[in-house]
Amino acid sequence: MLMALLGRLGQTLLVLLGISVLVFAVFFATPGADPTARIAGRNASPETMAAVRHEYGFDRPLPVQYLRMMDKLFVTRDLSSFVDHGQKVVPEVLRAAPVTLSLVGGAAAIWVAASVTIGTIAAAMRGSWIDRGLMMLGLVGISMPVFWLGEVANLVTQSRYHHSWLFSWVPGLGYVSLWRDPSGWFAHLVIPWIVLAVLFIGIYGRVLRADLVASFDEDFMRTARAKGLSDSRVLLHHGLRTSMITFVSLFGLDFAQLVGGGALLTEVVFGLPGVGRLTYQALNNLDLPLIMATVMYSAVFVVLANAVVDLVYLLLDPRTR
Amino acid sequence: MTATPGFPLLEVEALTISLPARGGGWTDLVRDVSFSLAPREILGLVGESGSGKSLTALALMGLVDAPGARITGSARYRGRELLGLKKREMQLLRGAEIAMIFQDPMTAFTPVYTVGAQIDEQIRAHRALSRAGARARTVEMLGEMGVPDPARAADRYPHQLSGGLRQRAMIAMALSCNPSLLIADEPTTALDVTVQAQILGLLRRLRRDYASAVLLITHDMGVVAETCDRTMVLYSGSIAESGPTDALFLQPGHPYTAGLLDSIPPLHGPRPRRLPAIPGAPPSPAQRPQGCSFRPRCAFNHAACLDPPPMLRRGRQDIACVLPAEGRDLPPRPMASFDAPVPA
Repeated sequence: MLMALLGRLGQTLLVLLGISVLVFAVFFATPGADPTARIAGRNASPETMAAVRHEYGFDRPLPVQYLRMMDKLFVTRDLSSFVDHGQKVVPEVLRAAPVTLSLVGGAAAIWVAASVTIGTIAAAMRGSWIDRGLMMLGLVGISMPVFWLGEVANLVTQSRYHHSWLFSWVPGLGYVSLWRDPSGWFAHLVIPWIVLAVLFIGIYGRVLRADLVASFDEDFMRTARAKGLSDSRVLLHHGLRTSMITFVSLFGLDFAQLVGGGALLTEVVFGLPGVGRLTYQALNNLDLPLIMATVMYSAVFVVLANAVVDLVYLLLDPRTR
Repeated sequence: MTATPGFPLLEVEALTISLPARGGGWTDLVRDVSFSLAPREILGLVGESGSGKSLTALALMGLVDAPGARITGSARYRGRELLGLKKREMQLLRGAEIAMIFQDPMTAFTPVYTVGAQIDEQIRAHRALSRAGARARTVEMLGEMGVPDPARAADRYPHQLSGGLRQRAMIAMALSCNPSLLIADEPTTALDVTVQAQILGLLRRLRRDYASAVLLITHDMGVVAETCDRTMVLYSGSIAESGPTDALFLQPGHPYTAGLLDSIPPLHGPRPRRLPAIPGAPPSPAQRPQGCSFRPRCAFNHAACLDPPPMLRRGRQDIACVLPAEGRDLPPRPMASFDAPVPA
């Protein structure tokens, strides 16, 4: 078990190294493109260009450039954006991370609870109109683009019905820190949570139902029934528990990519200053250091989340131990 | 050698299992199957895949869940009708009175729980026992089924045990609540030969140690010869022949039974260069020929076979074939090729 963990940790580090080299190569070692001009921004003066060239070591060999960049990202953390008047990008990303984590964490809690409930009920009543209705709803959830749903939610809660008793509690767009104002944090985030979760409730509910229905044909489910267990115990204790293995691996990937900035549309629509919105701004301004930082942050998160999923996997499936 | 045929434990009469056929009507997967099982008796249910033997067993357990399946006839366990029994009452019976073990012990355990936890679960579903009490019983059962170091084996996951140990654990689980009837669906098919012999020995011992009757489903005539008091041969969903194992092996009355017996390599005497095989394949339930289903593959096929064969009694055997009535009995077989079951 311990060896498996250590091995997994080693792999994680190796993958991170690979990603950092790749990201660096894409942004700074593309032949024919001068990264100096990109970093310095549009219409930069020759003096600025020279300073940038020297600071990043663009006049030195590639390995040195790579090490400089990693040093600026992870050790001194003084990689700064020239587009944005010397704003240091690493603290900026670190400030945005809790916002994204709040958004994605809450949405994940909602989508796991809702999809497990829906998937299990649909599987238990497979073939009935309840099953068909729930799966239809799931499909509707999957089909609604998150930015559209977000805008509709804003329209309803912020403008049209904001003065009705139903939505008068909804605060304006934005984010309040959990530590400063827990209830404000919740009020600001609950609608974005639901909007972000809808798509995943649809996907996960349908996947779980299909997995459970398939498991009814498994030998171990027949054994469980032959033991004289009740239907609900067979479904929950044997079927659902086994289906959780697939569920968790799927969840890990989605959660990681959302935390890594995949919730960009939701963040932009709801004005949440998270990593996704930061990436969006960086791309708009072609702010290369910021893009580099957000991409690296995202990669770190995806890889870490994968490692966590693998750990949970070890707990869930004894065959992998 | 046969257990005293007194009050039957299980009495199945005219059991028919059908599925809705394409274009209306019904296709019979199991057709008009009747048999009875005395306490402590071992009955072998033999047939090729698709002959309906597993389906018969699942029907007794109330586990047939093919959509739209229709089950008619009757199956009485200790005088109580099983078919159409309420769900809750069936659950109380399953595992406690009638237990079942399956062909592949690898896939028959839930992979994410320890073997012991799964046996505990069955015990606690039927007996008011504490966790520790159930575990003590589990360890005791595993030990009695010949699992070495049962306390440690109980804490292992199914994939960590060998096939033979898994099947022993499966039997321990099935017997954990002292069922009167054990249905064993091909319990040795997935095991290698030495382990197979051990498991069969275990099944033979059950009637003595646990007073259980066994319905043993298999396609292997060798397994039947070694284990069963009585044998019932199914062909294409219907009974071809049934009777005491020794009589049936000595002088099979149905050409199909004879064909099955011929396809076992003889233990003594000269070996044939090529084992005789029954030509052709069994018909699909939807396309059975008119009259006797075995007719197209039978060497004795003649005009009388175009009518459904009557069930005739010859000595202690029931035979679904016209040959005995026509005075054309199949020849007796040399005794040497078969070892009678050892009374337990």
